[in-house]
Parts: sequence; structure tokens; C-alpha cells
Amino acid sequence: MSAADLAHNCLYYMSLMREVEDRIERKLYRQGKIVGGVYVGRGQEAIPVGTALVAEPGDVLFPSHRDMAVFLIRGVTPGRILAQYMGRAGGVTGGRDANMHMGDLNHNIVSIISALAATVPVAAGAALALRYQGKNGVVFSYFGEGSTSRGDWHEGVNFATVQKLPVVFLCNNNQYAYSTPLSLQMACANVADRGPAYNMPAEIVDGNDVLAVYEATRRAVEYARAGNGPYLLECKTFRMTGHSAHDAAHYVPKDLFEEWGKLDPITRFEARMLAEGWGTQTEIDELRAAVHREVDEGVAWAEQSPYPDPATLLDGVYESS
Amino acid sequence: MSTTYLEAIREGLWEEMERDPNVFLLGEDIGAYGGAFKVTAGLFERFGARRVVDTPISEAAIVGAAIGAALMGLRPVAEMQFADFITCGFDQIVNFAAKCRYRWNASVPMVVRAPSGGGVHGGPFHSQNPEMWFVRTPGLKVVAPATAYDAKGLIKSAIRDNDPVLFFEHKALYRRIKEDLPTEEYTVPIGKAKVVREGTDLTIVTYGAMVWVALEAAGTLAEEGASVEVVDLRTLLPLDRETVCESVKKTSKVLLLHEDTRTGGMAGELAASISESVFEYLDGPIVRVSAPDTPVPYSPPLEDAFLPNAEKVVEKARWLFRY
Repeated sequence: MSAADLAHNCLYYMSLMREVEDRIERKLYRQGKIVGGVYVGRGQEAIPVGTALVAEPGDVLFPSHRDMAVFLIRGVTPGRILAQYMGRAGGVTGGRDANMHMGDLNHNIVSIISALAATVPVAAGAALALRYQGKNGVVFSYFGEGSTSRGDWHEGVNFATVQKLPVVFLCNNNQYAYSTPLSLQMACANVADRGPAYNMPAEIVDGNDVLAVYEATRRAVEYARAGNGPYLLECKTFRMTGHSAHDAAHYVPKDLFEEWGKLDPITRFEARMLAEGWGTQTEIDELRAAVHREVDEGVAWAEQSPYPDPATLLDGVYESS
Repeated sequence: MSTTYLEAIREGLWEEMERDPNVFLLGEDIGAYGGAFKVTAGLFERFGARRVVDTPISEAAIVGAAIGAALMGLRPVAEMQFADFITCGFDQIVNFAAKCRYRWNASVPMVVRAPSGGGVHGGPFHSQNPEMWFVRTPGLKVVAPATAYDAKGLIKSAIRDNDPVLFFEHKALYRRIKEDLPTEEYTVPIGKAKVVREGTDLTIVTYGAMVWVALEAAGTLAEEGASVEVVDLRTLLPLDRETVCESVKKTSKVLLLHEDTRTGGMAGELAASISESVFEYLDGPIVRVSAPDTPVPYSPPLEDAFLPNAEKVVEKARWLFRY
């Protein structure tokens, strides 16, 4: 892929995620069309985009709730994601679960559960299976820095490193776990500092620089795919919203929002594209318009999708039911 | 040649591993050591470290890794060293594994083996019967065999099942019971109870090690002229209410027996089902014999007082006959 094509992909998926999430949080949620929780990754789009663009089709991804672009890159349409948020039959889980609680093994994506770090040992098991089956796949295990306080995070990482499993651990360190700042979450300065305890290489990357994330992910994935074991990548970023749509984040100092707002991964990357000659302003404007249209169509598709039939309530608890 | 309950489980694991290369084991000390109870003895030598995976002391990782491998199409069998330690993997079982299919149509064909039960002087953390924590979690299947035949047949069915199955194997039965097993291959269906002794005057519904207590009590009561039917649930979830209710319709009296503690035990659910479905057939109250609502004590006189036994069952049955 040429540098310009890669840049175009990066900008397209970051913009698409931003637009879908803006539509969800700032329009559909406020219109009462989304009855449950809304958690967005605004300002963190470079992380799911820069990582998932590295993934091969046979790689298995475990995105967190702020990694919507993983789904988009894997071919899950905005319409299905919007329908998911709206509890419609056309949503990824058909109304069984909400927001980013979704997975699709046809796309090699495994769903999170609410206790987010619970996916980390599961990701290790998926990696064990890929090796067992003689496949060359790598597992992408996503989590926030908050998850690294959990016992199951440590159990999963420990098992993966002991077994030298092909997993890349991808941390979006957005500095807040709900309202709890880093200083009350962990005594070390960086999530990457946890790597040496597991004899695991750990790298810190600017999580608001999509190409830096992309390059670091390539290094991590190459290491894991070669059979060297897991690799920890800490992407430093900032949560530009509250924990969820109902949280105004009064506990976050205003100057932090201002400071990190200047590092917005999309506006930053647009400037970089122009400077590097990877695209023109006209192309960027066209991309933005195309994304807008795509999301319009997705919203329309989701709104016409019916609600699930209550008669299906009992279906699918077991294979035979 | 007679096969013990423990050997029957090992034979079931062994046969399924020979039959299906996707079946593998993981757990603590299950490899060269052969497991704390030696259920997996010999499997490491036969199948190697790839298929008999020794893990750190890390139940969340064991269950979580089993889920991940199952999602990728393997058929992992995870061993909890003691059922008591399953709490450390609780979130993985009830929130992750149990809900995958309903939420996003993903199969988790995983088995978690859990050596449970008292009568071995194991104390509060090596004697519990934690099955009901899981029986009220839709999406799981829970089995608890009482015989070597069923242990082998059910572990094979559990491994072939495409939903997560918890397999509670009773430690007190491991080497205490044995029987001749068929030489030809067989399985036992999940979700089917079995009438293990036929009778006309009273139904005892139970499972696990208490099946043997029920049979002993039935023998004593027979000497007193009472004909007792014993129903072995074998599977606790999904529950075979039909077999239970059919038996109650025949005998009109029912005693519910479990080694688990009283409140929230299986007897409560059975009593509600019987009352809803066959109330008009009853000619006496639905009665329970169970452990009391205490932790499992260690010292023999305390544990003996804690555990249900044939005398307690006989006493309760006599009371019901007098009613």
C-alpha cells in the first residue's frame, strides 16, 4: 500500500468512527432513540485505526468499548452498528446487547463484556487456539489503563507470556477510569512499566498519532507472529468526553481538555497529509462529505430496521433452543 | 474389570481426546503430576504438553483461556483443582461463557470439571457444593453424575456439547464406587434424569453422592414395608422436571435430598416445580433433607452432623409416612 493510500485509509476510518459516534452521542441519544448507555472514543480514533489496519484477516480482534473503528475496518457497516445502539433487529446482536458489546466471528471479532479486563484471558485462549491449530494468526487484545488494575488482566497476561502466545496487548491509556485519574489507579507512571514484570517487551507510543500507532503495531505484531510471545503497546491518549454520554466529566480539569484538544488525531493528521502531499484539501473535503453521506445512509438503514420480536425472547440461550 | 468413578472420568476424557484432535485439557498440576486427584494421570504421557496444558495457579486465566479456545473452535476441558476455587473464575463462567450465544450467537463448547462435595474432611474450602451458583445462570449446563457409568457417559456428552458445561464430580465417590462398564462406546444424554430405583410409596429426588444415601435409605425403608422410588437428576441444568413430576404422580409423596446447603438449594426449585405441575397428586407436604446453612466444617463430628445421611433421610421419610 502506498503512503498516500494508507493515509487515506487512516483518515477515512478515523473520520467515519468520529461521525458515527457524533451522530450517536450528539443526535440519536439526545433524541431518545438510544435508550441505553453511550460510550465513545472521541479523540482516541488513531488507536483502533492505527492498530486494526495492521491486522490480517486471520488475526482475531478483541476491541474495547472505545474501539469502534475496529468493526468498521473489518467490514461491519455503520448501519448495523447504529442499529445495535438503537436496539434494533438489524444490529450486530439483534437487540440482545447494547452499544459496543458486540462481536462477530465471521469478522474474527470477539465481543467484550462489561467487566472489560475479562477479555484478556479469553484473548490469551484464542491465541493458544491459533497456535494449536497451526495458524499464523495474532490476537489483538484491547483495553484501557483501567483494566490493568484488574486481577484477570494480570492472569491473562501472565498466562500469555508463560505460554509465549501470539498476542499483542493494546492499551489505550486515556488517563481516566470513569472518574478515577491515573494517580489513583496505579503506582507506576506507565502501563508499559508493567511489561518487565512479565518479561514482555513494552513500548509507549503517541496514541494521537495514527501513523506512529500503525508503525508500532507493525513491530508488535511482527514480534508476536514470529513466535516470540506477547508484546505490550501503550498508546497514550486522552478521553475527550465523560465516561459515557450521561457524564459531563466535571472532575476533569478544563485545561486538560484544551491541551489535548490541540492534539486531536484527525485535525493533526489532516495537516500532516497536506504537508506530506498525501492528499489535497479538496480530497479531504470530499472524504468528509462521503463519510457524512455514508453515516446518513447508515442512520436511515438503522431507523427502518424493526425492533426484535418479543416472541424470540427465549431463543438462543442454548444451541438447541 | 470394575472401573471406579475416577477412572470412568479419565476413560471418558481419554476416548474423546483420541476421537477428536480439537479436545485438549488445561488446569493446575494436570500434566506430569496427573492432577491433584490423578484424574488426568497418563494423559500427559499419551497426548503431550500441547494437549494437556499445565497452567499457573490462575482460575480466571484457565476458564478465560478455555473460553477463548472454544470460541476459536477447540473443545477445551478445564480442571478446577477443587470446585471451591471456581469462584476465582466466576465472572468468566457466568458473564462471559454463559452469555456468548444469547448475546452474539457465539458457541463456547467448553467443559469445566469441578471436584466437589464433602465427606473427605476437606474443611470449608475443599468440600463445597457450589452447583447452584451456576444452575441459576441461563446459558450454562450443569451436570453432577452419581455413578461411574454416568460419569463417563456424561463427560463425553459434555465435551461434545456446543454449550458451556460445568461438570461437578463428587470427590467422595472417586474411589469409593466402581462398576463394570460396557466395553463398547456409549454416551449419557445431558438433561435426562434417571429412575435408579422404582417404588410406589415415596419419591426421593437427589443427585451426586446423595444418590447412594437415598438408595441406602430406600433399603432400610423397604424393610419397614415402604416402597421408595429414587430419581437421580444427573443433570441440574437444564432440569428434567418431567421425570420428577411423573414419579411424584406415581407415589404422591416426595422427599428432596441434596448435600448442598438448604437455602437456595435445588430442593427449592424442585418443590416449586412440583407444586406448580402436580400439586393435586400430592398427599403430603414436600419435604427436604439437606445440609444446614453453614460453611462445611472440618472436624469429623461436625462434618458428620453437617452432611445428610441415610438415617436423616429415613427419619424424614417416616415422618412423611405418618403425616
